[in-house]
Amino acid sequence: MNLNTEKCAAEFRGVSFTYNKGIAYEKKAVRSVSLKIYGGCVTGLIGSTGSGKSTLIKMLNGLVKPDEGEVIVDGTNIWDKKVKIRDVRFKVGLVMQYPEYQLFDETVSEDIAFGPKNMGISGDELKRRVAEAAKFSGLDPDLLEKSPFDISGGQKRRAALAGVIAMTPSLLVLDEPAAGLDPAGRREILGRIKNYQRESGNSVVIVSHSMEDVAKYCDRLAVMNKGEIVLYDETDRVFSHGEELRDMGLDVPEITKVAEELARLGVDVGNDVYTVKYAAERLIEKYGLGK
Amino acid sequence: MSKIIKAENVSFSYEGDTPEERVEVLKNISFEIEEGSFTAILGRNGSGKSTLAKLLCMINLPDSGRLEVDGIEVTREDVTEDEIYEARRDVGMVFQNPDNQIVATIVEDDVAFGPENLGIPSEEIRKRVDGALEAVGMSEYARHSASRLSGGQKQRVAIAGALAMKRKCIIFDESTAMLDPLGRKEVMKNILRLNKEDGITVLLITHYMNEASLADRVIVIDNGGIIMDGRPSEVFSEVDKMWEAGLDVPQTTELLQRLRDAGLDVPKDIFDPAECAAVIKAALADRGCAI
Repeated sequence: MNLNTEKCAAEFRGVSFTYNKGIAYEKKAVRSVSLKIYGGCVTGLIGSTGSGKSTLIKMLNGLVKPDEGEVIVDGTNIWDKKVKIRDVRFKVGLVMQYPEYQLFDETVSEDIAFGPKNMGISGDELKRRVAEAAKFSGLDPDLLEKSPFDISGGQKRRAALAGVIAMTPSLLVLDEPAAGLDPAGRREILGRIKNYQRESGNSVVIVSHSMEDVAKYCDRLAVMNKGEIVLYDETDRVFSHGEELRDMGLDVPEITKVAEELARLGVDVGNDVYTVKYAAERLIEKYGLGK
Repeated sequence: MSKIIKAENVSFSYEGDTPEERVEVLKNISFEIEEGSFTAILGRNGSGKSTLAKLLCMINLPDSGRLEVDGIEVTREDVTEDEIYEARRDVGMVFQNPDNQIVATIVEDDVAFGPENLGIPSEEIRKRVDGALEAVGMSEYARHSASRLSGGQKQRVAIAGALAMKRKCIIFDESTAMLDPLGRKEVMKNILRLNKEDGITVLLITHYMNEASLADRVIVIDNGGIIMDGRPSEVFSEVDKMWEAGLDVPQTTELLQRLRDAGLDVPKDIFDPAECAAVIKAALADRGCAI
C-alpha cells in the first residue's frame, strides 16, 4: 500500500487525561499516548468500552484538553497561545455518535451551511459547498429544503455528516458512524466515507466496535486498551494478533477466525487474512481451484 | 409443541396528522412461534421489525387481524384489560440502549422493580432476584451501582429483570447493537443459555448475521411483510435475496459460496469458523490437494 507516512494529519505527543481529578471517582482515561495519524488514509480506532477512545478523539479538536502532552494538528500545537481553538475545529471535523440528534436548523441546507458560514464563507461558495457535501454523503437533493425533522433516520445521519464535510476538514473523525444501521446502510455510509477520503485526499479516523467493518474500510488500525495505545499498524498486521485482541475484549473478523482454524488444520493461508475476498483468493490460488 | 404466539393477517399503521400521512408498517403478517424456540428476525431499517416487537409485547395492538399470546386472543373484540395484562406478563423486552432501561441505582433493586410491581411477597422477590442475577452471571454485582457497569453488564441486568418477572418469552430488540465485541459475546451467551437451559422463547431482532445464524429459525421482514422464513442455512443460502433486502450473510457463508463457485465441493450451511475450516480441509483433501 502506498501510504504517505511523510504526511502527518495529526499527532499526539505523550498526552494524558484524568476525569474527576482529585475526587473519589478519579479515572485515568488516557495514559501517555503518543501516536501519529498519517495523511491520506483511513485509520480505525478500536478498543473495548471504557478504553479511552472517545476521550482521545475529543482531544483532536480541542473538546478535551490533555492534562499533559501536546496535540499537533497540521504542524501546530493546538493549545499554543497563538492558536485559536475555533480554527482547529474547522480543520478537524468531529462527527459524534448518533449525530442525527444534533440537527437543529429550519432546513436541511441551512443545517449543512452552519459550519461553513461560521468559517466566514458565503454566497456561491457556500452553496457549492452545501451541494457538494450533500452529494458526498448521499443525501437526496430534493430533501435540502425540507425540515431536518421531517426526513428519515438514515437521511438525518447523512445530513449530519454533510454538515461536517461542508467545512472540508483536513481530518474527519467519526465515532461509530454506522451504529444502528442495517448491513446495507453500513456498507453505504462507510463506502461514502472511504470515497470521501480517496477523492479529497484528506484523512479520516473511524471509531468502531465492528471488526468486520474496520477490516473492510480501514488502512491502519490503532488499538486502545486501558487508556493506552497497545497496537498501531496496518490492518492485516493488527489482525494477526488474535490472542492479544481477544484478551483485551476485542476480536478478529469471523473470516480471520476461519483462517486461524485452517492454519491449525495444516491449511496455511497466511496470517494476514481479514476479508472474505482475500481468503477465497488465497485458497483458490494456493490449491489451483477454479480451473 | 404448543405455540406461544399466533399471528394471523396482522396489520398495523402509524397515524399521521392527515389520512395521507398514515403509514402502513405491517401488512397482513401471519406466523406462529413455538414455545421454547429461538427465532431471529432480520430486516433493513424501517422494515417493520421493531413495530412487530411492540405488537408482540402488546405496547401496541394490531389494527386488524388476529393475535394470540400464550392462549389469550388479545385482538378479540370483548377482550378484557385483565386478559391483556395477563398476556403482557408473559412477554418481556430488552431494548437497544443499555442506558435507557435501568430504572434503579443499585443493580438488585433494578431487577426487583418488575416483581415488586406485581405485588409479589418480598421473600419470593429475594429468591427471584438472586436466581436471575446468578443466571446472567451478575451475582457479585448485586449491590453495585448500575451506572458504573459496562454496556454488556447493563444488558445482562436488563435480561435478569425479565427473568425475575418469569417471562416465558423475551424479545431482544437489537440488544447488542451498542456493545463492544466482548459485551456482544457475553449477551449472546446468556441469550443462548436461557433459551437452551430454561426453555425461554427467544425472539432476537438483530443486524448481525452471525448472531442470527445461532437461531433455530430466521424470519426476514421487508416492506411490512415476511419475505423469507426458514432455518438459518436455508435463509442464508439465498445470498442475492439477502443483499436485495438490505442485509448480508455471515462471512463463513460468503467464503463457502466463493469456494463453491470456484468448483470446490463444500456445503452451504456452516456458520461456525472451526467447522467451516474443517469442511474446507475435507473438501480439499477429497479433491486430492496436498495439505
